Amino acid sequence: MVLVYIDQADQQIKKASLEALSYGAAIAKQLGCATEALVFGTVKDNLADLGKNGAQKVHQLKNETLNSMDVKVHSNLVAAAAKQLNANIVVFAHNLNGRAIAPAVAVKLDAGIVTGACSLPNMQNGFEVTKTVFSGKAFANIKIETAIKVIAINQNSFGLVAYDNAASIEAINLVIPPASIKITKVEKIEGDIPLTEANLVVSGGRGLKGPENWGILLDLAKALGAATACSRPVSDADWRPHHEHVGQTGIQIAPNLYIAIGISGAIQHLAGVNRSKTIVVINKDPEAPFFKAADYGVVGDAFDVVPRLTAAIEKAKAAN
Amino acid sequence: MKILVCISKTPDTTAKIAFIEGNTKLDESGIQWIINPYDEWYALVRAIELKEKDPATLIHLVTVGGVDTEPIIRKALALGGDEAIRIDSTSHDSFTIANQIAAVAKEGAYDLILTGKETIDYNSACIGSMLSALLDLPFISLADHLELNEKVATVKREIESGEETCEANLPLIVSCQKGMAEQRIPNMRGIMAARTKPLKVVAPVASAATTSISAFDLPPAKSGVKLIDPEQMDELVKLLKEEAKVI
Ligand SMILES: Cc1cc2nc3c(=O)[nH]c(=O)nc-3n(C[C@H](O)[C@H](O)[C@H](O)COP(=O)(O)OP(=O)(O)OC[C@H]3O[C@@H](n4cnc5c(N)ncnc54)[C@H](O)[C@@H]3O)c2cc1C
Repeated sequence: MVLVYIDQADQQIKKASLEALSYGAAIAKQLGCATEALVFGTVKDNLADLGKNGAQKVHQLKNETLNSMDVKVHSNLVAAAAKQLNANIVVFAHNLNGRAIAPAVAVKLDAGIVTGACSLPNMQNGFEVTKTVFSGKAFANIKIETAIKVIAINQNSFGLVAYDNAASIEAINLVIPPASIKITKVEKIEGDIPLTEANLVVSGGRGLKGPENWGILLDLAKALGAATACSRPVSDADWRPHHEHVGQTGIQIAPNLYIAIGISGAIQHLAGVNRSKTIVVINKDPEAPFFKAADYGVVGDAFDVVPRLTAAIEKAKAAN
Repeated sequence: MKILVCISKTPDTTAKIAFIEGNTKLDESGIQWIINPYDEWYALVRAIELKEKDPATLIHLVTVGGVDTEPIIRKALALGGDEAIRIDSTSHDSFTIANQIAAVAKEGAYDLILTGKETIDYNSACIGSMLSALLDLPFISLADHLELNEKVATVKREIESGEETCEANLPLIVSCQKGMAEQRIPNMRGIMAARTKPLKVVAPVASAATTSISAFDLPPAKSGVKLIDPEQMDELVKLLKEEAKVI
């Protein structure tokens, strides 16, 4: 059986987990076995709907102390559930919580683990999973040598698959270990679309000259319904918040569309974004290295091009 | 206070990645090696800052790697560790590496174990979490602030909707990311002192690998950029809609 850990934030299931579920269901199909989901905490979503992304059954441990991550507690519980339910493969999203617990769960299950996976397993010769390495500059095929396997799948690398199912829901009986950390404060950041979950991303670099010029970029993002990102020097200079920094030493993203404005395309920047499906580069220097990694390019002054692009998008929207 | 900082050797961020021997091995020719930036800029420098506040603090560095990792260990010592332990194993299996570090950690009875968020070569982000299971200690992942007060740590970590502040009793494992500290450059005094700081080499403990790398691949090259006239943004929107189908 393939068991998928369903992550939540603010009692809402994360999209990354629905993708992990679709991925887990695809592995179960390869193996001809069942897909089951594991949900902790008091989640507000309708759990039967997890069937729509491939779960046949949902195991729930409803306890509000589990709404925020305590690695020692959560990893113990996931491992205990996997043993109780006889899971052969445990799947996580490689998101903030998934990366925190999946390796600990693997240790507790004597399982080999691949984190940052980006392909279905190849079972022709053992059990091989492809993962991104060198921060997006390459891929590695990793063979898992153990009977039980743990996989944490990269966000936006598999996609959601729709199933025509309603999952059955069962309570799972597990003893919750004592808390190992105490949460004393939560600070929410504004901004509606989390970068790692965004399908569309508009990103700005030093070419925008200063934080006061970000309006044109924000207008474009708004017209598209896109999340915003930036290059490292931009976040280092505090023109934009740190959580927008993408690249080898920031976050790595793989949206459907990445629009880079006034970013030169340094190798460290490209490493974080080169898995984007489509890349648009707007830069006034025709020699900017980013054009080599782009699908579409506009050679021109961002202050002129970006408002035009925003207007064109508004126009296309109005025509629809 | 005893702090263990986990250090890894990685290719420089500008390194062109290529493979040899039928795509089974990294082509190391021309690669410059550095301390994994997350280990250096955030984990190690934060440990040094904590020692500056409380000079009785001891900082030990641990690396799992061959003799080729010694230059980066010396560089880390030049920044400020007190002594280093190199576990003589070249394994790439996260579980094997975590087992090695766990053995050193048990022996050293550390109050705090710091790792980087992940390494920039294999991007596995496994070691802190695995150590938590192997040592049965609390683990806080993706931290960007860390303060110590006697035997209690206050840590800020990234969560999906913002930041969360947590408290945990020591001993504790923390993985560090941007915000934790500012990058430093070793000074001459540090470099001189590093030459004589102890660097102990220990044999690995037995540990069966749970994974192996069978081959590498490079991403397919882009077929070439299509340039659009800056006056023709309607055309770009049309291409994104009809050709790329992304909006
Ligand atoms: C160890 C290490 C790690 C790093 N990690 C990262 C990382 O994770 N992410 C990252 O982004 N960087 C990273 N860097 C930095 C990286 O090397 C580059 O310095 C950085 O990406 C450059 O940012 P930029 O493109 O915004 O600025 P610049 O390189 O200064 O480029 C600005 C671009 O804007 C263009 N421009 C100027 N004016 C206009 C205009 N009016 N209209 C249109 N275009 C204009 C210019 O032609 C130029 O191409 C790292 C560096 C090191 C050493």
